[in-house]
Amino acid sequence: MNRKPMELVQKSLARRYRAERRFRFFGVVSVIIGVLALLVLFFEIFSSGLGAFRQTHIQLSVNFDPEILEITDAHDATQIRSGNYEGILRKALAQRFPQVSGRAAKRELNGLISIAAAYDLRAELADNPELLGQQKTYWVLADDDVDTYYKSLQGDKPFTARTSEARQAQIAELINQGEIRTQFNWRFFTSGDSSEPEMAGILGAVAGSLLTLLVTFVLSFPIGVAAAVYLEEYAPKNRFTDFIEVNIANLAAVPSIIFGLLGLAIFIGFFGMPRSIPLVGGLVLTLMTLPTIIISSRNAIKAVPPSIRDAAFGIGASKMQVILHHVLPLAMPGMLTGAIIGMAQALGETAPLLMIGMVAFIMDIPNSISDSATVLPVQIFLWSDSPERAFVERTSAAIMVLLVFLVCMNTLAVWLRKRLERRW
Amino acid sequence: MNASLLLLIVALLSGLAFWAGRSRSLVVAGVGGVRTLNSLPFYYGSLTAFWCALPSLVVIFLWSIFDGVFIEKLVHPLIAPAVLEAAHGNMDLVMNQVRNLAASHVSAASVDPSVVAAAERLNSLENINRWAQAGVALSFAVIGAIWIWLRINPQLKARAKVEDIFRWLLFSCALLAILTTIGILLSVLFESLRFFQRVPVTEFLFGLEWSPQTAIRADQQGSSGSFGAVPLFAGTLLIAGIALLVAVPTGLMVAIYLTEYASPRMRSLIKPVLEVLAGIPTVVYGFFAALTVAPLIRDLGLSLGLDQWLAISSESALAAGLVMGVMIIPFVSSLSDDVINAVPQSLRDGALGLGSTHSEVVKLVVIPAALPGIVGSILLAAARAIGETMIVVMAAGLAANLTANPFDSVTTVTVQIVTLLVGDQEFESAKTLAAFALGLVLFMVTLGLNYFALYIVRKYREQYE
Repeated sequence: MNRKPMELVQKSLARRYRAERRFRFFGVVSVIIGVLALLVLFFEIFSSGLGAFRQTHIQLSVNFDPEILEITDAHDATQIRSGNYEGILRKALAQRFPQVSGRAAKRELNGLISIAAAYDLRAELADNPELLGQQKTYWVLADDDVDTYYKSLQGDKPFTARTSEARQAQIAELINQGEIRTQFNWRFFTSGDSSEPEMAGILGAVAGSLLTLLVTFVLSFPIGVAAAVYLEEYAPKNRFTDFIEVNIANLAAVPSIIFGLLGLAIFIGFFGMPRSIPLVGGLVLTLMTLPTIIISSRNAIKAVPPSIRDAAFGIGASKMQVILHHVLPLAMPGMLTGAIIGMAQALGETAPLLMIGMVAFIMDIPNSISDSATVLPVQIFLWSDSPERAFVERTSAAIMVLLVFLVCMNTLAVWLRKRLERRW
Repeated sequence: MNASLLLLIVALLSGLAFWAGRSRSLVVAGVGGVRTLNSLPFYYGSLTAFWCALPSLVVIFLWSIFDGVFIEKLVHPLIAPAVLEAAHGNMDLVMNQVRNLAASHVSAASVDPSVVAAAERLNSLENINRWAQAGVALSFAVIGAIWIWLRINPQLKARAKVEDIFRWLLFSCALLAILTTIGILLSVLFESLRFFQRVPVTEFLFGLEWSPQTAIRADQQGSSGSFGAVPLFAGTLLIAGIALLVAVPTGLMVAIYLTEYASPRMRSLIKPVLEVLAGIPTVVYGFFAALTVAPLIRDLGLSLGLDQWLAISSESALAAGLVMGVMIIPFVSSLSDDVINAVPQSLRDGALGLGSTHSEVVKLVVIPAALPGIVGSILLAAARAIGETMIVVMAAGLAANLTANPFDSVTTVTVQIVTLLVGDQEFESAKTLAAFALGLVLFMVTLGLNYFALYIVRKYREQYE
């Protein structure tokens, strides 16, 4: 009699242990899926973006011929500005490849180098007027198609779709003579956007992001902290306070694109502010990050023990003094951590900024919060939409820069929390 | 005088007011010194500074909101009727021209003399306006400061007044959360109502065809635009559904594994790694989906020979959904993690003591106990998937197909909002207004999901001590 249940248990044990192992296995697989997704993502971005940090240059011997340049006096700024630098570059190329003849072939030859090369020569001549009439050898910036092809030569399957046979031969000749090489791509960090991939850089977008974040931080941190102080220290327990709290919780869950619609309708439509400026972007992101900052600030204030307040009240401090002299300084690390995490969110945000027109093609570096600008994530979006193949690696490189910023901010937040937060 | 200079002057004035108020309090205190005063000198200074800064800031703020409208109203009569007619009666277009001219972006040669006159008037009015704003704001600052400065005496309860002002300042900051909600509602609602005047609500909500391209000129051939949003809703649900199919089981299992099985060391290692997934900007996911995942899915579909039966697109719903799912995994896992952790250990110990295996404890005890929280977290994840924008903008298509085929290209509500509103657009067309109507639907749905999630968590939560 007594053995029967035991037998049942014994019989089912194998099955139950199998189920146990299966369940555990699913858990491990899920963790692996998550970690693997992260690794694949990073690997993809890094492997396709590393190339953008080096840029192909071609060695050319350029003669600053006054006749072709139409410059008589190299100290005259207007003459320097209007000089025919393409002309001397064309001549240098023709001398390098004397065998090329015919209009179409020559045009293709001239396409080897970027139009940025002419700007570089102009800057060079403006700095060194004595070069006029002289011959000098330069590493000039190559066209993006050349760059893509040259970099793909290292792989097992060169990308030849946009490079003709003739040009491949020319590049092979340059390689043989050691007259083509990749250099560190400073231009990527020092110039604004451009329609030519080889000239495009992220400085404009980074400056736009910094200006936008500046507006966001200056507005959202004080307002968020003030709101949190009110809700934690002053607010009476009534329905209106509840209503405020429900609103904050809801705003934290509203999709970011809705904040873009708000910005478009209110700031641009109603207040008549201009489009695409960091000021409006910062205002929209302020409204978006406020719930995050309020919630984390409240938690920081809650963590300050009541005994501190009681002690301060006990020696005659007013409510404002208790808050300003005791509660806020003690809660500051926690609030700053929350603010930095909020800023990191705002830095990566794209959709609401699309709505308020920060997608315009802007070459200039913005200097103030009322200059037209774009931000780093939007720049990534714009480049990823561009048909030129060379923009793919630039997009990945811009993503790497964005990720570096985010990692720095999050590390700072973690460090602040570890370093300054006190346990009571 | 520009705005930042004006604000700087106000700040300087209030600094001055602080100093004046503080020294005045010491003067009125007389020989008795600080002890005869009701409050510390600091409070007299602060009170004067507040009276200096706050009225003028309010004036500056209100003035900046309303001045544009008044100035344009004053300029409108200057424009010749012929010019207005040429712009099809659209005053906004003409005013754009006037503004550009006033900022001298375009040359004056090619435009109507009345527009030139309007631009000149605009310039002079704006000049007057700036000086008037500065004058009024600064006189408010000075008058406010002097008024309170004259009232400083030892009996003035400066501290209580400053505390009151401080409290009201904090309160108005907290009020901003309500104002933002109201702002969202009003901005989306007003434009949506204007949209529904042109397109009936029923057609928008139940129509099966979406092609928002309206004719630019009235005599133009072609579509007059149809605004049936069902394909968008279906596409949104398809992609969000795929995302949840990925994220919910994975996220849940991750949470279970980390709370129930993993050693503390492993937990402290894996958790931050997965949280990185949540911190990656969505535009990065979008790029990854479009560049890597979408071609992979298409090639997979083609190599399986699915193209004989199904349409296979390079902008498939599957690619966007999968990547979105990966993005939401940490969201589900960290929320579920919290609720699973909140299940008391005694329940687990009881079940283990009765001879359950570990997985039976999880399946039969922990998950039922944590279910309301888990359902809540799934609902929140769903709200997030529906409102996600960049991944779908970059990886899903624009074609409004009504299909359940995950290899085909579908479009979503957020994609359409972005495509309708990015680039040049006039505020009045049905196309632009449609985006706000979609925004209203999106706002309502996410709000509803959020409320529902909170409701479930509150209503069914088990209270353990």
